[in-house]
Amino acid sequence: MATYSTNQFKNGLKIILDGDPCSITENNVVKPGKGQAFNKVKAKNLKTGRVLERTFKSTESVEAADVDEMNVEYLYSDGEYWHFMEPASFEQHAADKVAVGDAVKWIKGQELCVMTLWNGAPLVITPPNFVELAVAQTDPGLKGDTAQGATKPATLETGTEVKVPLFINEGDILKIDTRTGEYVSRA
Amino acid sequence: MSKGQWRSKASNKVILERALMLKNIRAFFDGKDVLEVETPLLSQFATTDPHLESLQSCFREQDCYLNTSPEYAMKRLLADSQQAIYQICKAFRDDELGVNHNPEFTMLEWYQPGYDDQQLMAELAELVTVLFGEANKEPVFITKSYQQVFEDSIGFNPHEVSAAQCYSLSLEKNIEIPQGLSADDDVNDWLDWLLTQKVLPSLASDCFTFIFDYPVAQCALAKIGANEQQVAVAKRFELFFGEMELANGFYELTDAEEQLSRFQLDNNVRIESGAAPKAIDENFIAALEHGLPECAGVAVGLDRLLMVKTACTHIEQVLIFPWQNS
Repeated sequence: MATYSTNQFKNGLKIILDGDPCSITENNVVKPGKGQAFNKVKAKNLKTGRVLERTFKSTESVEAADVDEMNVEYLYSDGEYWHFMEPASFEQHAADKVAVGDAVKWIKGQELCVMTLWNGAPLVITPPNFVELAVAQTDPGLKGDTAQGATKPATLETGTEVKVPLFINEGDILKIDTRTGEYVSRA
Repeated sequence: MSKGQWRSKASNKVILERALMLKNIRAFFDGKDVLEVETPLLSQFATTDPHLESLQSCFREQDCYLNTSPEYAMKRLLADSQQAIYQICKAFRDDELGVNHNPEFTMLEWYQPGYDDQQLMAELAELVTVLFGEANKEPVFITKSYQQVFEDSIGFNPHEVSAAQCYSLSLEKNIEIPQGLSADDDVNDWLDWLLTQKVLPSLASDCFTFIFDYPVAQCALAKIGANEQQVAVAKRFELFFGEMELANGFYELTDAEEQLSRFQLDNNVRIESGAAPKAIDENFIAALEHGLPECAGVAVGLDRLLMVKTACTHIEQVLIFPWQNS
């Protein structure tokens, strides 16, 4: 079992906490004068995205997480698995519903995503920050309604509902920020 | 490398404040006839302190070490000259990096023959007042014993508590327990943790606090004496602003034999924890054998003092080139 000592801690280091792979986002040495040092760590659980706070007595060892990231292209879903391909090697990987998570709301095919693998198996799919998707359904906008900031719901071709300005019509291609799930502009 | 990495991290205002602080410190000691000295940053001996790691270098294939503080060398000089001395220098410590730590930092250290810890605390307060004093707004100092700050914030006497009691108390009071700290550990590791987690956050956030009379096991290079309850304590003190440590001082141990056995104990602790023992600085022990005058000494972290002065929250903000872009 590979381990890291607290003196190897740095941002981005992947470790196991509570059985889950986590990425260190903050590492601070605290020392009350001349005595024992402690490492106060913030780490993001790569499965759930939740941030954990942990303290370690310095020189403690922590299990390393075998985590890799690669760029992959989304191909298709067979309903149970979502299939991705490494563009260089054409190697394919199947991610289950848990790994795909919220990415499913924004991908329809051919998007370049980041696949995080844990022990060689897909853990998380991160969609591109911005995607372009067509509006499948939305109520017609009221002509002449220019009220600032007014929105209406629109269903995208992936089935995801977003809030859009009143002037958006069915068939329009929209640019969406996948991190916030918000409409950015017409593409 | 990100763009702008070559630029100073400290603002012009902070750079000027540092220059002013150094000037004022030198004027302060000049006015008191304390002599400025320089001792080597590079030494043939590392510190034995189990909680400090010296950075190692190499000269003509011989291992040498950057000083973690100028203490041993200054005391050697003191044993020789018997005169009050101060030094402003860089100190280096491995594995110390964070909001309040940079592997290289600036230290002010001085020694006053004939002083005890209480007298030196008063002189440090005087210096801080000179550096911080503005018209109508003098800095406020609170002085409490180590025992009192624990009793005030957690409600136990640190000189009587055991590791097992610290452990059960932490569970009971829902205090976080760091991974790797157990009921079998040295009680002083627990006291260090509880000091960080509970005691220091309870100190007044806008004042300077002196904590004095430390547990005997945390004596480092301080004399052992008795407190008001006639319990043995280390004549050591620390200065904090809010919860940030600024200075550490001792009523200095002058007994060469006792010092040697403390160094040997340090090395035993190192070996037990799997760390390498360090050669004991024989020049320092020889100086104590010759005779160190009764004295008190203190080391002040000037970068942190500057953080307080300029209201910076990260040590990087007061360093022109912190470690990441050094």
